Amino acid sequence: MPAHRAATRRDISRADSAAAEAAHTAEARAEAATRNARSLLRRDTGRRKFLGYLVAAPTLVVAAELTRQSVFGAPAANALGLPSPPQTPEVYDLLDALRDSMRPTAHLVRVEVRKDGTVHFALPRSDNGQGIITSTKMIIAEEMDLELDQVDVTLADARPELMFNQITGGSSTTFTTYTAIRVAAAIARGRLLDAAAALLEQDKGTLTSRAGLITGLNGRSLPFGELTEAAASPVDEVVEVVLKDRKDFRVIGTPQTKTDARDIVTGRKKFTTDLKIPGALPTIICRAPDLNGTPAGIDNLDEVRSMPGVTDVAVVPTGIAVRAKTFGQCIEAARAMQVRWKAGTVAGEDDESILAKLRRAELPLAVPAVAGDVLERSFTFYFRSNSALETNCAIADVRDGKAEIWAPLKNPIVAQQDIAKRLGLPSSAVTVHVVQGGGSFGRRLFHDAALEAAQVSKAMGKPVKLMWTRADDSRQGRVHPMATSRVRAVVAADSVLSFEQRHTSVATDFGHGFGEAVTSAAAKAPGGQLGVAATIFELTQVTPYDFGVSTRLLNEVEFGFNTGSMRNVYSPDVATARELMVDQIAAKLGKDPYEFRTATVKYDRWRAVLDRAAEEANWGKSMPAGTAQGIAMHIEYKGASACVVEIDCRDETVNRPIREGVTGPRVTRVTFVVDVGLVINPRGVEAQMMGGINDALAMTLTSSLHLVDGHFVEASWDNYFYTRQWNTPPEMNIVVIEDSPSDEPGGAGEFGVAATCGAVACAYARATGKVPDYFPINHKDPFPFEPKPLVPPIPPAPTNGLDFIY
Amino acid sequence: MPEHRLTINGQQVTVDVDDDVRLLWVIRDILGITGPKYGCGINVCKACTSHINGRAFNPCSVRVCDVSEDDEITTIEGLADGDELHPMQQAWIDHDVAQCGYCQPGQIMAAVAKVRQCAEEGRDVDDAAIEEIRNICRCGTYNRIRAAIKAGAANM
Repeated sequence: MPAHRAATRRDISRADSAAAEAAHTAEARAEAATRNARSLLRRDTGRRKFLGYLVAAPTLVVAAELTRQSVFGAPAANALGLPSPPQTPEVYDLLDALRDSMRPTAHLVRVEVRKDGTVHFALPRSDNGQGIITSTKMIIAEEMDLELDQVDVTLADARPELMFNQITGGSSTTFTTYTAIRVAAAIARGRLLDAAAALLEQDKGTLTSRAGLITGLNGRSLPFGELTEAAASPVDEVVEVVLKDRKDFRVIGTPQTKTDARDIVTGRKKFTTDLKIPGALPTIICRAPDLNGTPAGIDNLDEVRSMPGVTDVAVVPTGIAVRAKTFGQCIEAARAMQVRWKAGTVAGEDDESILAKLRRAELPLAVPAVAGDVLERSFTFYFRSNSALETNCAIADVRDGKAEIWAPLKNPIVAQQDIAKRLGLPSSAVTVHVVQGGGSFGRRLFHDAALEAAQVSKAMGKPVKLMWTRADDSRQGRVHPMATSRVRAVVAADSVLSFEQRHTSVATDFGHGFGEAVTSAAAKAPGGQLGVAATIFELTQVTPYDFGVSTRLLNEVEFGFNTGSMRNVYSPDVATARELMVDQIAAKLGKDPYEFRTATVKYDRWRAVLDRAAEEANWGKSMPAGTAQGIAMHIEYKGASACVVEIDCRDETVNRPIREGVTGPRVTRVTFVVDVGLVINPRGVEAQMMGGINDALAMTLTSSLHLVDGHFVEASWDNYFYTRQWNTPPEMNIVVIEDSPSDEPGGAGEFGVAATCGAVACAYARATGKVPDYFPINHKDPFPFEPKPLVPPIPPAPTNGLDFIY
Repeated sequence: MPEHRLTINGQQVTVDVDDDVRLLWVIRDILGITGPKYGCGINVCKACTSHINGRAFNPCSVRVCDVSEDDEITTIEGLADGDELHPMQQAWIDHDVAQCGYCQPGQIMAAVAKVRQCAEEGRDVDDAAIEEIRNICRCGTYNRIRAAIKAGAANM
């Protein structure tokens, strides 16, 4: 197999190369690292046999058996600095925990060959744009020698028997499903070949299989569709199978366009609110001014009920629901409501009062008894929103003792169970359909809208199509919790003796099923009988450098916020604090930020991405005053990432005028190098990095929520400044390492964020000479907008749209 | 109930709905044309971007009574010529722009209008022109959007 398949890196104009020695050194190192990686690649991974099942069925149905596999080993140590002992994720990380939690039910996830010749797989995961339907089709097509369009992948309804095997989170989908799907597909292929051999009266070894057609030496061929009944098994049967050798791959590793691309660009792709479920009329909820405030009563019920288009009004736990012919009429009705509200769950609190409580909960830093200079800093990370462009939504039909739900859900089993409990129905009476979502970023881990839709439908006795308004989604939706991160390093003449990080956070809600899955498996982790949050922190956070005694601890404080994992969970903030401190230490030791990192990074595989990023970015080139490069790395998801950015903090850039937008420092160039292990779809991996990079810019520079008097101020995208075209880097070079020493796919969906956050923060500090102590850096600037009213909770729809045509 | 005659994607339709209902809801909830998306309802996110007489506009912020049947309204569903995709749609596929895809109908309609505007004004479709586009993509596909717009513009 050629070491490099089709390149995915984007060409950029290379900056002038008076390029300098640093780059040469980097190049030499990169070559050495590549050599090392190649030799690892050649290591014999064996033609391991896997077990699977033929499932009794009229047509061919197969599944994998994964309970007897071992956990893959840790990378070989190759420390240059003062070695830090292995950290937990180097041995056993969150992906291992999630995969182990899913092993017992792998045999319940089945590949079926249909009589029309297509291969069907109901993926027990949720696709919100991360491209897992496409990559899953690729994995099946590879093992069964099919074209992508011969594979039909749908999202499975909630299947409670799958236990922990229907959770989408932690960038775990490909890692947790890759082998199971391959085993099933390989068994199916073998059975079809057996059936064809019998029917064609030829030796199996002489048959070829291509594009769903099995052909014999005599030229006769049979399509899968005609073989599936003959290949089916009358009884469940355990079988052994050998998977396709990596050197024979023809689909995996090739760049593929998302298989729903045409549906998307023609408007045919259907999201939840696009579905036409009979009787499910538009419905919204009028919500309280306070975060999580609840209704005490409505004073003009009759008036609202008689408004145009309105069919029903009902009081539900989270507000007053209204159902109407159109969403526009729902909004008008909600705006007209006169509601008495009870206080919310953080009434009277604001950013500073919460921060003060967090500070009191910070765990002490234990300085080891060694001589050296102490460097210490504390960083604050304000609340941020994981609101997607598609707001929370769900369709529910709760009538006659049963419920049917349609929603984008990453944990549909928990949704099903919770909805059943709250409605007083048995779980078996609740059907939950998983619909593709319009972005997740952590938000679809929860079923807030699905539960509400069910409650509203039950109260009204009619089907409803519930949608949160943008103001709801921004003010009352899940948030990335506020946190502080304190770092203390003890530095001697030429090395780091200790590096301690204490992360203190408003509690992240893991009560969506993910937590149970992790803790069910995490008892296997070294040291591990921690709580859910501490376990996830321990299983994900790595200080990638040899910094002597190196510790990372999390403490969380429960407040009553609606929190949730936002893309990359703790890592963006942990990495920002860590990498800023690494720059501080390097400066203290008189070292260049890149040279210092590459000298202390723990493993060759990690150094390879760092060196490659420095090389690609022309690290160390001359930059004008007020601009700078920044470099950072992050280790997670069985891979490694490094990022170099260039930032422009000059006044004319920072203050460039954009109507109703935030400009500020501009990241002008990003170089991002990622080793995700085996790459399924390099084009998809690149897309995920791109999204993560744009998230990181927002998290570091422009976007946050402000808590004022018990509510979040930001009500829409003209208040909450997610990255826009005028913020995004004009130059972006994403390098996906294609000859990774790992032969397993790691995680990709969240991997772009943390290293980029670190690099942007470091670049900003180097360009301005000031190390920020809070993020995003604009959080304490005056609001560049007039806050929208809290009552009514939805701003009026403008009527002047035709003034803005172009 | 007032009756409104509209021309959408080349078809004449009649709807019975109050004057002040915004066009987005007429298009989505009454006519069942779901390409234009709701993302804010206040003309900020631009997910509903469609065309009126060939120019970009946001139906979330236009009352149904403010358009007439002489106005040609085009949603993403009406951009292609039958099975023949518009060059901008093809560029979106060629560059594998979409992730979740929720904002992309609006992005494509905005891109087409921006290219037409630049042509009328004799401007290049460069980064500065593209940065005038306000449509939000929360998946962060901006860089591929830029590449696709430039490629699509070359074929328009």
